[in-house]
Amino acid sequence: MNVPTSYIIALSGVLFSLGILGVLIRRNTIVIFMSIELMLNSANLAFIAFARMMAPAAEALRGQVIVFFIIAVAAAEVAVGLALIVAIFRNKETVNIDEVNSLQG
Amino acid sequence: MTTDLALFLGIAAISILTAVSMLLSRDTIYSALFLVLNFLAVATLYLLLNAAFIAMVQVTVYAGAIMVLFLFVIMLLGTSHDTLGGPYRWQLPVAIILGLGLITELAVTLMARGESISNNAASVSEAFGSPASVGKLLFSEYLVPFEVTSVLLLVAMVGAVILTRRGKQEGL
Amino acid sequence: MSLLETASAGGLFLYAPLIIALPILGLLVNILFGRRLGERFVSLVASSAVGFAFLVAVLQFLALQGHPEGTTIHVADWITITTLNVPWALKIDTLSATMMLMVTGVSTLIHIYAIGYMHEDVRFQGDPGRYPRFFIFFNLFVAAMMILVSADNYLMMFVGWEGVGLCSYLLIGFWYEKGKDGIGNAIAGKKAFITNRIGDFGFLIAMFLIFGAVGSLQFEQVFHWAETNGMANAGIVTAITLFMLLGATGKSAQLPLYVWLPDAMAGPTPVSALIHAATMVTAGIYMIARSAPLFAVAETSAHVAALIGAATALFAATIAVGQFDIKRVLAYSTISQLGFMMAAVGIGAYVAGMFHLVTHAFFKALLFLSSGSVIQGIEHGHHDLEGHNAGEHGEEFDPQDMRNMGGLRSRMPITFWVYLIGALALSGLPPLAGFFSKDEILADASMENLAVYVMLAAAAFLTAFYMGRQILMVFFGKSRSEAAAHARENPPVMTIPLMILAGLAVVGGGLNLPGLHSLTTWLEHTIAHVHATDFNVQVALTSVALALLAIAAAWLLYGRKTLTKGDRDPLRGILGPIFIGMENKWWVDELYEVLFIRTYVHLAHFLAETLDWRFWHDWFHDRVLGAFYRNGTRWLAGSFDLGVIDAFANGLGTITGMAAAGLRKLQTGFVRTYALAVFVGVVLVLAYFIFV
Repeated sequence: MNVPTSYIIALSGVLFSLGILGVLIRRNTIVIFMSIELMLNSANLAFIAFARMMAPAAEALRGQVIVFFIIAVAAAEVAVGLALIVAIFRNKETVNIDEVNSLQG
Repeated sequence: MTTDLALFLGIAAISILTAVSMLLSRDTIYSALFLVLNFLAVATLYLLLNAAFIAMVQVTVYAGAIMVLFLFVIMLLGTSHDTLGGPYRWQLPVAIILGLGLITELAVTLMARGESISNNAASVSEAFGSPASVGKLLFSEYLVPFEVTSVLLLVAMVGAVILTRRGKQEGL
Repeated sequence: MSLLETASAGGLFLYAPLIIALPILGLLVNILFGRRLGERFVSLVASSAVGFAFLVAVLQFLALQGHPEGTTIHVADWITITTLNVPWALKIDTLSATMMLMVTGVSTLIHIYAIGYMHEDVRFQGDPGRYPRFFIFFNLFVAAMMILVSADNYLMMFVGWEGVGLCSYLLIGFWYEKGKDGIGNAIAGKKAFITNRIGDFGFLIAMFLIFGAVGSLQFEQVFHWAETNGMANAGIVTAITLFMLLGATGKSAQLPLYVWLPDAMAGPTPVSALIHAATMVTAGIYMIARSAPLFAVAETSAHVAALIGAATALFAATIAVGQFDIKRVLAYSTISQLGFMMAAVGIGAYVAGMFHLVTHAFFKALLFLSSGSVIQGIEHGHHDLEGHNAGEHGEEFDPQDMRNMGGLRSRMPITFWVYLIGALALSGLPPLAGFFSKDEILADASMENLAVYVMLAAAAFLTAFYMGRQILMVFFGKSRSEAAAHARENPPVMTIPLMILAGLAVVGGGLNLPGLHSLTTWLEHTIAHVHATDFNVQVALTSVALALLAIAAAWLLYGRKTLTKGDRDPLRGILGPIFIGMENKWWVDELYEVLFIRTYVHLAHFLAETLDWRFWHDWFHDRVLGAFYRNGTRWLAGSFDLGVIDAFANGLGTITGMAAAGLRKLQTGFVRTYALAVFVGVVLVLAYFIFV
């Protein structure tokens, strides 16, 4: 595709910002978690764009390899994170992150 | 306007729209579904960027497994509704301003140094991004991370089981 | 090698330091072991120390036979400061050998006597623990006296001078809790010490002047300077000799500093015999004899010395006539005889003076010891009557008062005979020792200074009179008290030294018989200006006649009709107020009290009470220093420590608390806040990287 890489990077950046906004604005823990996934995804997009930009050099494919790993790690992280959320829900009966403030000093 | 560019713009619009909708929707399930759409759009973009294998992995794992897991938990916990607001209302405008600031920074960076990454015209072989080539790299140079990742997934599984285990007195 | 050969070789001189070292060794042994090893050990050690010192003196005498010019034994360096060089050195020459022999010889005899006397005495006074202390002080005295007579320089002589003064004080106050009001003996000792101190002040000034003028304190150099530069600096020499004379009047009890000697009779009799009759009091005479070259230049001082001596002789003799205490009579007699000696050295008759010094030592010691024997006998009699209650008598019954004696001739025969010999010797009857020595002085005086001669002759008359009076009152007639009636003779340890001394008093005249002049030739080697006095028949006959006249007068008053108990002294009727003056020693002590002592005591009280105690101690220390300190510490401990330091320390804690409270607010517990913080950081860091 003959699109300047900078455009794709811009898109990646915008998606990243939206992800951060989601973390800051929403109070539902699960939605916050989803925003985090959005951020990860935007990073993947940047990697792939750069991999395409550097083709056909030998190292170009490494961009895609690392995306592979990121997806795997994201999967693991989601599993554990959601388990945590379930455990907290059992204790506090809520997924409103504002109510999880026992560490208040 | 080439077709590529138009195509790209269309997909970009979809992904941004879905992302915004995910942020703003009240219903958590709608948010999850919007995110799925976002992932699919991004997967399409991967395809266009000659990352076929990754695109499939994205669809299978990300949109297929992870988001499904999200939906499971949402339905399990029955937390469909959510509102904005709550204490620290002042944080909302601050966050938006900061977000805009971040976008501005990115724009500035791209405009200042964007020329060096503008060239995207080199043609690639069909094998670029194919499962075979990625696999070859994965099993030779990146073998150790590959195996470690498998251990990581095992650990995650065990962790998830332990974290959600109830105490002895409540039974299993 | 025979002894004489060794002597002529000069080797015997080297034993001289032993003469000081032996008594010191004796006293150290007694200090360390005396109390444990008992009376016999203590007395043996002390007496043999002095006895061996006498033997060493004899060795020096023998050595001097071969080397009459004498020698100086350098023992150690003492003071060497730029120009001042004062060594510990012994000057062994004929003059010092004379003194050494006399002092150690008489000391040995008195030590032996004291063994018996102190043995009885400490039992009467009830304190046997004091026995070792007595002999320690006695040995210390002999050591100090030896330092004095063997000194090679004025400073070492001064050390000995002070040493004998100290021992005199210690021994006068030997029974320090007895005496008038329980403190009388101590006061007598203090009086002796302080009066001597006034004399010592004179001696010190003289030494300073000598050092200033000559640059050295050693006899050789001083006398050499006197012979060469003396006439040119006659003023300084006069000043020096006058101050020395002041010292001599203190130590040798001349006018006006004699007042301590009668009070010194508060000490035990051996002390009176040794220190206050034979040895210490002669130190002043010895000093003047030693400094003959200086006095030869300063004729004024010599005249002053002669006049003082003669006046003292007469003055003291008059007082002796009116005394009733047996030892007081002898004390004033000693002062009077010292006046004779002082007059002799004043007119330049050094040999006569030294001759009289030696013979006087014999018979005065004899008299004192015999008087001690008498007193002891009376006390025995008193105790036999009253049983053994020691320490009680003395209040009602004075064993020393002659009015309580009488008729002792039959009860204490040995004591009587030796006392008689001593008295006759003192009165100057030939052929006893006193005649030759006193006569030589009178002969010299008649040629040099008529006023002195007249005064001395009058004193000689009175001497014979009061001795006669004493003998008649004590030994003749009937006992005037029960105690006297029961008196008994003393054991041989006391009577044998008496007999030896009596023998010496008889033959002592042989030292310088007219014609033989042995002592003159002997002393010629040391004193430059001696001359042999020819025998003056006129003077001799006059003095014998005076003595016999005096004895006859005494017999008339006291012997023909002996006194019975309660009788008044017949002289009181004859002389009336003069006798009262004599009896009260012409009120000299009272005069001094009014003139000097009262003011001084007031001043001392003022300084001690008001100045030292009330002002310095009470006010200054307590109020100024104490208050400053107390308030200071109170402020420091209170306001400063609590207020400032604690506030600071607590403040640190408070600040930490406040900071913590402030910072704790960051921990809201809201995850979103944390996330916002992170995001803020990200944006800022990115901005930094992009724009900077």
